Amino acid sequence: MKRHLVSAADLTRDDALLILDTAEELAQLSGRAVKKLPTLRGRTVVNLFFEDSTRTKTSFEVAEKRLSADVINFSAKGSSVSKGESLKDTALTLQAMGADAVVIRHHASGAPARLAQSDWLHGSVINAGDGTHEHPTQALLDAFTMRRHLNAGAGKDLAGRRITIVGDILHSRVARSNVHLLTTLGAQVTFVAPPTLVPIGIENWPCEVSYDLESVLPKTDALMMLRVQRERMNAAFFPTEREYSRRYGLDGARLAQLPEHAIVMHPGPMVRGMEITAEVADSPRCTVVEQVANGVSVRMAVLYLLLGGAVFADGATEPARPEARTDSSEAAL
Amino acid sequence: MTTVRDSSSAPRPPHQVLDATDIARVVTRIAHEIVERAKGAEDVVLLGIHTRGVHLARRLHAKLTQITGREIPLGTLDITMYRDDLRLKPARALEHTEIPGGGIDGKLVILVDDVLFSGRTIRAALDALSDIGRPRAVQLAVLVDRGHRELPIRADYVGKNLPTSLREAVQVQLSDTDGRDAVLVGDRDYAARSSQALAAQPPADQPLPE
Repeated sequence: MKRHLVSAADLTRDDALLILDTAEELAQLSGRAVKKLPTLRGRTVVNLFFEDSTRTKTSFEVAEKRLSADVINFSAKGSSVSKGESLKDTALTLQAMGADAVVIRHHASGAPARLAQSDWLHGSVINAGDGTHEHPTQALLDAFTMRRHLNAGAGKDLAGRRITIVGDILHSRVARSNVHLLTTLGAQVTFVAPPTLVPIGIENWPCEVSYDLESVLPKTDALMMLRVQRERMNAAFFPTEREYSRRYGLDGARLAQLPEHAIVMHPGPMVRGMEITAEVADSPRCTVVEQVANGVSVRMAVLYLLLGGAVFADGATEPARPEARTDSSEAAL
Repeated sequence: MTTVRDSSSAPRPPHQVLDATDIARVVTRIAHEIVERAKGAEDVVLLGIHTRGVHLARRLHAKLTQITGREIPLGTLDITMYRDDLRLKPARALEHTEIPGGGIDGKLVILVDDVLFSGRTIRAALDALSDIGRPRAVQLAVLVDRGHRELPIRADYVGKNLPTSLREAVQVQLSDTDGRDAVLVGDRDYAARSSQALAAQPPADQPLPE
């Protein structure tokens, strides 16, 4: 596994399964009275958030604290960034303070990649969402949720499963990360969106595109609704909210067209009444709350795998698969 | 400076110290000892430490069920997240930890492992247990105690005390993972020099090199 997690496309099938299997074990922790492991004791993780976020930031913070890391929250508002400090200077400051990992959310696509490629920081860089580019831990928690419902068990992937992602594909980093990861795990991805919200060059992505939600529903195993990101829209992408809702919103009637086993997902925050009706959002088939809980387990797994072991000279960390463990009978801890 | 190795310092190939019958006998004996010491093993919970401790715990569980006629709770424990050498090696994949439904609060937890060596695995297991619950008492059962403790830890049930030197490597093979039951002792150098020497054992029906 690489030292950084910048893009879901960097993950091989083995890496992805290792993260999901590790997360599955770590999920047990939430049921315990003592929700804490000593694994990252003495390591410092900085949450560097240049963009507002409650869900992702809290999720990372809980994951870091459950692994006993020292957590420093750094938000752009009220920091030197608002005084004009550059990303490089911020990174050098964090390096000087001894950060072992930086979880970064930035409004500019590519900011985490810049940080990972530079020599400003020696620690791991974890992308917590960059512009309209990627959000790999969200894709991992989505895949984790899908695997639990559609093909549960350690070592299992999503081969042959059909995943439909509906809505604002153009501005969605969740959709970008998901298409890479789900394809790596063997799933077929279909995007459904108004033509104006489909990115240019999508024909090069490993997915299908449809403009008709109804025709896709009966052959969908997991349906992921995306939020329409009005804050990123600088032009009119569809005539009215009502029209969008009628063509691409999920209501009870459309839910009924899904196969029995299919689940409904949403990365949140949901805009009830527009992309999803309250009836669907509150139905037992909607996994939104479960996704949040799974987010903590998946982020713990990523932090453990990136930070929990030794880092070698080339920067790579190579987690041993269980079959490669031979020292058990030596008890040489 | 060059040193000439004489034949006596040449690495010794692994030789067998316990065979399948010995291991079966040892497991039976430990099961009886547990019943005797725990006065019927009423509140006993067996926890096997990954990997081979889990297989041994299963065997011990079967014996205890046979002896007491009751179902003894059986679980597994992965101590990876509690190890003290995490920063020295690559991050390891986690194994499955399963705590029996009744939990471990107020129970007599018996940790089961294959080899007791430095004691650090058991130290990590004790830390893990304190996060999971509060047992009435914790005891330790091991197939082989090879000595060289680095922490004040002692086993309550020992299959075989096996005095070894630090140059030697002890390998436990169990049919669940290795195709046969055996305990082998050989020189650590031998394993290192003949690549995967310990892994590439002769088939079970052939005698081991002495």
